[in-house]
Amino acid sequence: MTAILATEEPWGGNFELPPVGELFNYDPFIEAGIFSINRVVVLTALATLLVMVVFGLALRSPKVVPSRLQSFAETIVEFIREQIVLPIMGTDGLPYMPLLLTLFLFIWFNNLFEVTPFVNFPTTSRMALPGFMAILSWLVFVIVGFVKQGPLSYIKEVAFPPGVPWPIYFLLTPIELVSTFILRPFTLAIRLFANMVAGHILLSIVFLAAHAFVFPKFPGIIVGLLLLPLGPLAVGFEFFIASLQAYIFAILTAVYIAGALNPEH
Amino acid sequence: MEGNLNAIGYGLAAIGPGIGIGIMIGRAVEAMARQPEAAGMVRTNMFIGIAIIEALALLGFVLAFAL
Repeated sequence: MTAILATEEPWGGNFELPPVGELFNYDPFIEAGIFSINRVVVLTALATLLVMVVFGLALRSPKVVPSRLQSFAETIVEFIREQIVLPIMGTDGLPYMPLLLTLFLFIWFNNLFEVTPFVNFPTTSRMALPGFMAILSWLVFVIVGFVKQGPLSYIKEVAFPPGVPWPIYFLLTPIELVSTFILRPFTLAIRLFANMVAGHILLSIVFLAAHAFVFPKFPGIIVGLLLLPLGPLAVGFEFFIASLQAYIFAILTAVYIAGALNPEH
Repeated sequence: MEGNLNAIGYGLAAIGPGIGIGIMIGRAVEAMARQPEAAGMVRTNMFIGIAIIEALALLGFVLAFAL
C-alpha cells in the first residue's frame, strides 16, 4: 500500500523499486572468466576472516577467568553443545560438533552482513553459498549413514520405517526416499536463501519508501515520519531472522546426522 | 492499477503455512506451560517443525520470482 502511494505524484512521486535482479547482482572488480571477484566474494572472504580472527583471539590462550571476548566465544560454543548437539544427538554426536559449530558461525556471520550498516547485503542470498552448504550437509549425513550402518541397511531403514502395516509401504517408500535423499538438501538450501532474499527486499522497500515519503513536501512527509520507525524495527526483525536461520540450518543438519547415526530412530 | 499475478500466488501460498505454524506454536506453548521441565525439548522440536512448515511458504516465495 505504501509502495503504491509512494509512486503517486502529490505523495511521493520519486519512488521506483529497482528490479529484483539489480538488488542482488554486482559487477566484478576483477574479471577472470568464471573466477571473477565481486563484492559478494569479498564479503564472503571477510566473513571467514572475521570468524577466524574473533575465535582465534578469543580462544588462543583460554583463561580460567574468561575475558569478555572469551566468554562471548564460550557462550556460542556452549550454546551449540547444550542446545543442538546433546539434546538431538546425545554424546554420540560430540564428534560432529566442530562441523555444526563451523556451519553455524559461517552462516551467522554471513547473515549478519544484512543488518551491518554500510554493508547491507546478506551474502547467503546468493544461491552459491546455501547450495554449497546444503550439499556439504547432505554428503555428511549420507556418508555417516553408509559408514555407521552400511549402505544397504541405511537405505532399507530410510525406505521401510518399522512399525507400519505392509500395504502402506507402496505409498510410503517412494515418499520417504525422495524426501530424504532429494528434498532435504533442496529445502535446506532454499530455506536459507529465500529467507535472506526476502529480508533484503523487505529492508530495501522499507528504506526506499521512507526516503521517498520524507523528501517531497506536504502530504507525503506525514506518512514519511510515520514510516521512519519502521526502519529500525525491520532491522531488528531481520537480526532475529538472521540468527534464527543459522540456528535452524545447524539444528536440521544435526537432526539429519542423528537419523543416520542411530538405526532405531 | 498494475500488479503481478505472482504476488497473489505467493499470498495464497502463505495461507497454509501460516495456519500450520500458528497451530504448532500454540500447541508448543501449551505443552511448555503444562510441563515447564520439558520446555527445552519442546522448544527444539518446535524449531524443527517451524523449519519444515516454513519451507512450504518459502517455496511459494521463490516460485513467485522464478515462474
